Amino acid sequence: MTAVIETNGLGKQYGRQWALRDCTLRVPEGKVVGLVGPNGAGKTTLLNLTAGLLAPTCGSITVLAGHPGDGPAQLEKVGFVAQDTPAYAGLSVAKHLLMGSYLNANWNQELARDRIDQLGLDPRQKAGSLSGGQRAQLALTMAIAKQPALLLLDEPVASLDPLARREFLQGLMEIVAKHEVSVVLSSHLIADLERVCDYLVLLVASHVQLAGEVTELLATHQRLSGARRDPRSLPSSHEVIEESHTDKQSTFLVRTDQPILDPAWTVKPVTLDELVLAYMGQARNPSPGRRPGLGVVS
Amino acid sequence: MIEFQLDTASGVATYLQLVQQVRQALQLGILEPGDQLPTAQQVVAKLAINPNTVLKAYRDLEREGLVRPRPGQGTFIVRTLPRSDPAVQGRFLASMTAWLRKARAAGLGPDDIEAIYRTAVRNTFAEGAA
Repeated sequence: MTAVIETNGLGKQYGRQWALRDCTLRVPEGKVVGLVGPNGAGKTTLLNLTAGLLAPTCGSITVLAGHPGDGPAQLEKVGFVAQDTPAYAGLSVAKHLLMGSYLNANWNQELARDRIDQLGLDPRQKAGSLSGGQRAQLALTMAIAKQPALLLLDEPVASLDPLARREFLQGLMEIVAKHEVSVVLSSHLIADLERVCDYLVLLVASHVQLAGEVTELLATHQRLSGARRDPRSLPSSHEVIEESHTDKQSTFLVRTDQPILDPAWTVKPVTLDELVLAYMGQARNPSPGRRPGLGVVS
Repeated sequence: MIEFQLDTASGVATYLQLVQQVRQALQLGILEPGDQLPTAQQVVAKLAINPNTVLKAYRDLEREGLVRPRPGQGTFIVRTLPRSDPAVQGRFLASMTAWLRKARAAGLGPDDIEAIYRTAVRNTFAEGAA
């Protein structure tokens, strides 16, 4: 599969602080990619580097076979909705579209007008008086009317109420269905991502802790619970991601591509939310199940 | 035209929920051959789900021979599903009951039996899905 974003040892330093360090990842083409991770993992920095708004301190980044920010042709290919979906408060909706048409060679004014129509926005209204949801929709319209091959969105729904959030994601999915565009979307709202994303990248402290097709990730992870037992007694095909024990019971979140045949386990599917939390926990405590002193019951 | 609903708490994969809703509508006679399914664009605009999820569901239905895409027009029902035959259901109920009596006689309780049943369902349907 072709990559839309490929980084190798990518780093960005501010003074003595590293915002992103030694980041190596590959984002496949034609997907809606959810970029998740704890605060400070480097998601925003990575998106800014991808858009070409920042230059890397070290390492390399390739976006759609070019270098980010490298001339107008490269900028044309990438649409970017920054955090908090900024717009020019003093400009009307119509002026935003006019500005877009002046600044972008592939600008599709019809697409932009249709979308504004469909959203029921008044073209004469100043962006400063739009609701948060409307402003986010305007920012999305601007980003898509330039007809990019890659659309980047940094926490676009974080500050929206549930209804506006749903409407924004409906609009985004409609765009994905209509246009050939790869999307990378960062968010903390994993339940939303589970609906809209088909690929997930979990970034923890600049490192990719987990990456893959959402359906495959969900199909290869299970939660097992049963009588207390030592994780070392699990089959080698089960990789323990998370475990917890009481004096009687053990619960594991395991990664395995084998069916679980042992009738002693109660097996439950995991949600994407649980999966992400488990891997974040694993990043903090890198070798679960290898701690000594656990009573062996098997 | 039918309208899809999503149960996010069910733990059932989204594409499978769409497949099941079409199958159910066929079994109930709500959908008939010639009827059109909503386009991927219509479904995602309502449910805010990934378009590939809808396409995956429609491909599954196509593989089952239930729907066929017409280029430029949409996806249409081509075959209906019979309601399950009460006689067949009765036969399986009888053999299941006999099996349960044997299991109880062997000292298994309801929880053991349920664990066996779940494992068997999982294994059987995992074979089919692969």
